Amino acid sequence: MSEQIEQALERKYDAGFYSEIESETFESGLDESVIRRISAMKNEPEWMLEWRLKSYHAWLEMEEPDWAHVDYPKIDYQAISYYSAPKSMKDKPQSLDEVDPELLRTYEKLGIPLHEQEMLAGVAVDAVFDSVSVVTTFREKLEEAGVIFCPISEAVQKYPDLVKKHIGSVVPRTDNYFAALNSAVFTDGSFVYIPKGTRCPMELSTYFRINEMNTGQFERTLIVADEGSYVSYLEGCTAPQRDENQLHAAVVELVAMDDSQIKYSTVQNWYPGDENGKGGIYNFVTKRGIAHTNAKISWTQVETGSAVTWKYPSCVLKGDNSVGEFYSVALTRGRQQADTGTKMIHVGKNTRSTIISKGISAGNSNNAYRGLVQMGPRADGARNFTECDSLLIGDKCGAHTFPYIESRNPSAIVEHEATTSKVSDEQLFLCQQRGLDTEKAVSMIVNGFCKEVFKELPMEFAVEAGKLLEISLEGSVG
Amino acid sequence: MLSIKNLHASVEEKNIIKGLNLEVKPGEVHAIMGPNGAGKSTLGYVLSGRDGYEVSEGEAMLNGKDLLELDVEERAREGLFLAFQYPVEIPGVSNMEFMKESVNAMREERGEEPLSAAEFLKKAKEACKQVQLPLDFLKRGVNEGFSGGEKKRNEIMQMILLEPKLCILDESDSGLDVDALQVVADGVNSQRDGERSFIVVTHYQRLLDYIKPDFVHILADGKIVKSGDASLALEVEKSGYAFLGKAYEEVEA
Repeated sequence: MSEQIEQALERKYDAGFYSEIESETFESGLDESVIRRISAMKNEPEWMLEWRLKSYHAWLEMEEPDWAHVDYPKIDYQAISYYSAPKSMKDKPQSLDEVDPELLRTYEKLGIPLHEQEMLAGVAVDAVFDSVSVVTTFREKLEEAGVIFCPISEAVQKYPDLVKKHIGSVVPRTDNYFAALNSAVFTDGSFVYIPKGTRCPMELSTYFRINEMNTGQFERTLIVADEGSYVSYLEGCTAPQRDENQLHAAVVELVAMDDSQIKYSTVQNWYPGDENGKGGIYNFVTKRGIAHTNAKISWTQVETGSAVTWKYPSCVLKGDNSVGEFYSVALTRGRQQADTGTKMIHVGKNTRSTIISKGISAGNSNNAYRGLVQMGPRADGARNFTECDSLLIGDKCGAHTFPYIESRNPSAIVEHEATTSKVSDEQLFLCQQRGLDTEKAVSMIVNGFCKEVFKELPMEFAVEAGKLLEISLEGSVG
Repeated sequence: MLSIKNLHASVEEKNIIKGLNLEVKPGEVHAIMGPNGAGKSTLGYVLSGRDGYEVSEGEAMLNGKDLLELDVEERAREGLFLAFQYPVEIPGVSNMEFMKESVNAMREERGEEPLSAAEFLKKAKEACKQVQLPLDFLKRGVNEGFSGGEKKRNEIMQMILLEPKLCILDESDSGLDVDALQVVADGVNSQRDGERSFIVVTHYQRLLDYIKPDFVHILADGKIVKSGDASLALEVEKSGYAFLGKAYEEVEA
């Protein structure tokens, strides 16, 4: 049977095309002058530049972490270009009509039309292409509700107080090696602010696309939900198929003020490399949210791409009664490696967290769950429930679980459940005997395994995630 | 309908089926009985094309098509249905979703339009009632947490929905109490329409009180050693497989 499944897993990467777009790309290499240039390109105020430079100097002193269960050649940070933008973006197009049609076609090909009338109803999109935001839709409609949704480079100009107050407040500049690098060189990303008591009237989403060769993407996203507000945000990402590895080191910070709720969903489909492990994106991302009193942060992620993933969306449950959730599906195949999970830091009283992680490994891939649940001394009555399930497809892949539990409060309760299962002969045979082909059968079994997580995604994207999984499992069964 | 000639098959290089012949005409019900290890379940797996079951000799034709040339799902789409002895669980995949996909795969094969969710739901509800399963079984994961009897009834429900041409029931009676047996048998009997054929594999005569066979065959050591009508089953019931010789008495003991 494993042969049949192997075949079914020989996937094609639909988003692997490259768009011919004239770009302005920095020479590769990183030093202070590069950071000054990025800052100048963005027309940044002095404080922002200084923040970047401080981060850069801190980064120089830091060492690349090597504790993750992943293996990749050393990254040459001088071989990467830290800025690339379509030339047509230089004069800041005022409307969609002025945007390079090739750019719009790129997003259309990815199934993300940027003309508002063609959009999924109720979803506003910020499209980030290499180092810049190309377009943000539905801005006027959002402004009516007082919601700010714009490229972070623009927010630095227009809302400096908000940015200055919150940037680095959740993920400090020197938090870790990749976060420090990002803080020095971040180019664009989305900024969201939901005012007090406001329920954001539509889903917000950002689509990241790496197009140019040898460039890294270092986006930074900052979402601030003021007291009593609600927002649901989704990010998606793709990249062309290339033989070289490309670095993606993003930082996402969420600030959930008292009684607010942030739902953050990711459908990650970076190019995973070919079946021999050539090419693909290194996805080294720091995502963290801070939840104040009665606030709630949910991370939902569906990860099917990237050659190497190193990512732990986390919640600092600072306020009493705050809630953190992490729902994850990570699929690895070929030579992909993923080390992903979450951190739930319980600080306040009666804080609650739920972790549901589903890892699917196929081919020669390695899939690790790494999670930290920490109960602080003040976290009276705090609770955590963790469920960690691994599904193995074939006999050459690996699934690993590294749970860390630290409790400094005797009244806190921590539960951890873990299972490992296989797509069995019998399951496959049953499906085929009922007339389903191998591909359909495998994707159905895998989808069933992920059901608990998919139901957490916003409706529009649950379907998309299911399809993505299906495509990821699609192959050439004759 | 089905024509098997001199079939030889092995599992893990062990010969299990050794020259089996069987003719099943439309509308007929054939019971296959035999001692443990005779190759009864193997026959169902070989005919449905399960991986690891190697045919070394002979032929098996279904309505003029060479079954042995086809993949598992192609055989299924040609109308071959196997009710499993031990149906496997597929967690998280609802019965409803699973059955809708398979029914539509069969329809596609026949050049018919796929059923809409509403049309399918109507059919599924009827089938569910017929095998006396509560309707919430449609929403539950395939066989997930079902009791043995519920699994067997679920198999019959699938059979009813898929409208196959040839049904192979692999010990569909094992582990059932009398009431459940009646339900399974009623489900099967409701599908007897003079065209659809059945191969009922069973260890005990009991099931055949409820599903009346046209023919009874005794399978031993990979071959059909004796054929007859329903009375042959009663004979087995009375005196066991002793007539096969001493070797089988021991197997039975």
